[in-house]
Amino acid sequence: MKILVFVNHVPDTETKVKIGSDGKVIDPAGVNYMLNPYDEIGVEEALKTKQQFGGEVVVVSLGGDPNKETLRKALAMGCDKAVLLKDPAIRDSYAVARSLADYAKEYGADVIFCGKQSIDYDDAQVGGLIAEMLGIPSVSVVVKLEIKEGHFIAEREIEGGHEIVHSKLPAVITAQKGLNEPRYPSLKGIMDAKRKPIEEKVPNAVESRVVTEVMRKPPAKAQGKIVGSDASAAAELVRLLHEEAKVI
Amino acid sequence: MLRDLARDFTNAEIRPLAARIDREEEIPKELLKKIADVGLFGTAIPEEYGGGGFGKVGFCLAQEEVARVCGSTAATIGAHQSIGAQAILLGGSETLKKKYLPILASGELLAAFALTEADAGSDSFNLSTRAEKINDKWILNGEKVWITNGSIAGLFSVFARTEKGITGFVVEKGFNGVSVGKNEKKLGIKGSVTNTIAFDNVEIPEENMIGIDGRGFLIAMETLNSGRLGLGACCFGAAKEMLEMSVAYSKQRKQFGEPISKFQAIQFMLSDMTTHIYAMENMVYKAAFKLDNKEDISLDAAIVKLYCSEAVSEIADQALQIHGGMGFSAELPLERFYRDARILKIFEGTNEIQKLIISRQILKQNGKWNS
Ligand SMILES: Cc1cc2nc3c(=O)[nH]c(=O)nc-3n(C[C@H](O)[C@H](O)[C@H](O)COP(=O)(O)OP(=O)(O)OC[C@H]3O[C@@H](n4cnc5c(N)ncnc54)[C@H](O)[C@@H]3O)c2cc1C
Repeated sequence: MKILVFVNHVPDTETKVKIGSDGKVIDPAGVNYMLNPYDEIGVEEALKTKQQFGGEVVVVSLGGDPNKETLRKALAMGCDKAVLLKDPAIRDSYAVARSLADYAKEYGADVIFCGKQSIDYDDAQVGGLIAEMLGIPSVSVVVKLEIKEGHFIAEREIEGGHEIVHSKLPAVITAQKGLNEPRYPSLKGIMDAKRKPIEEKVPNAVESRVVTEVMRKPPAKAQGKIVGSDASAAAELVRLLHEEAKVI
Repeated sequence: MLRDLARDFTNAEIRPLAARIDREEEIPKELLKKIADVGLFGTAIPEEYGGGGFGKVGFCLAQEEVARVCGSTAATIGAHQSIGAQAILLGGSETLKKKYLPILASGELLAAFALTEADAGSDSFNLSTRAEKINDKWILNGEKVWITNGSIAGLFSVFARTEKGITGFVVEKGFNGVSVGKNEKKLGIKGSVTNTIAFDNVEIPEENMIGIDGRGFLIAMETLNSGRLGLGACCFGAAKEMLEMSVAYSKQRKQFGEPISKFQAIQFMLSDMTTHIYAMENMVYKAAFKLDNKEDISLDAAIVKLYCSEAVSEIADQALQIHGGMGFSAELPLERFYRDARILKIFEGTNEIQKLIISRQILKQNGKWNS
């Protein structure tokens, strides 16, 4: 089976992100990057699919040279081949999906895995867009997957419950937490990853349809207020919640 | 990536079990299996023998992370890889290496290093376990004490006396006549098992001799040199963890209306800890780098062992002091770190023995520093 998995290189969840001086992008200085956690689940599912059906897993990332670190992690987990679609420019979800879909078409994947969203811009659009561009089914936020010859059954999260769907391959599947427990790369995997080449390709230029005007951090949390420590404070607390915080 | 892997793995898989490992005095089998699967039993073993091929530097990085969360697990991995398997790697013939290193690197078998005897501790040269050659077999008789991994290891690198001097042998636990005593009760690293191993007319195939007959003591000493660097890395890892705990606690604990981190007495302890840690990091990696470049590290190893184990003991004491009564309580992991640190001044050569090595060497060099 030809298995494709798309991965993004995103700021580490433990890093304090700063906005760059132009106010439009994240300042990469001092930021640790990592394999997007939902994509990591996608990588694991891709590897499990290969274990079941054989074939190869190709991991692809769109971005600049730093994305190679994330590709190496995926190789160390066990992917067979890595491709960097090299374009350091910032793109919107449409422009990202366009280039990834072009690659998927050229490669001819039987199944494509993505994370349900990247934890940097949180658009949650890329998987669905790729499927649309390729004219194939897309099932998002998948927590359980059973692939059979040419078709699959997926369980996905919906508001307040789960939904079980059936569809045909090829398809795009976007991974949600719970789908699997991503494996650790092994030490042997890390060594092997150093030797596996990362193929570099220059994707077609695609114009973004959405352009960031300005980025802002959420307002700093205001200092808490203690109105008292016994029952006599209740009335004042209710008044403040009602009149100042306006939550009740 | 190695450090990230080791950190993610130890935080997720070992940290939650560390208190239980100490309490139940054993590492769960499932955890040993996970450590094997991820490759941490073979970090430094060359790739051609199935290991990770990360050298001593890589081994130290990984051990740091393990020691940050669990001294018992670090001791288990260290005894297996850094001395048990290391003796074969350093001294063994190609046949012997091919026979055993791959199954040790994969963690299918664990190794132990068996040098110490009841009457040969610091004076290990005085050992009396005997190996006699009869036809094409060696026959081993004697008893080793304080052997880390004794009850969980599948093979032992054993040092014994032959007609020609001291010689190393690989002895499988399954060989007839090998028996393992009960797990010793200890002050610290309780989850790392320690046993007496007895050999009663154990037959060993000729090919299991490590290196040349009569040259084993050198191999044992070189193995310990390398082991001492891994031990230093454990001290360094544990020290960093205790510093982090101490800083967090001192900022949060208030007395006299302020966080105790505002008191100079506490600040100075944090400064001492930080300074020790800086020195530890530098000496561990300088020595590990030299070893990977095949330079002689006998002096470095003794200094690393001595300094790092003294420093981590002092740090454990200060960290406990900063935590006050809470530090003494078994509610927090600190008392475990305090107990686990104590062995580091004793095994792999007591610190007194390290001082002997250092002074002997510096006297030989007429006090001249090599740089
Ligand atoms: C938990 C644990 C795990 C161990 N694991 C292993 C293992 O895996 N394999 C193995 O082979 N051994 C192992 N050992 C043994 C360990 O290496 C010895 O305990 C250590 O070398 C000291 O030997 P000893 O206990 O006989 O002490 P002794 O040699 O009796 O020393 C007692 C005291 O005298 C001091 N002393 C001795 N000689 C001198 C001298 N010449 N000058 C100044 N002071 C001196 C010592 O420093 C020490 O303070 C382990 C020990 C323990 C406790």
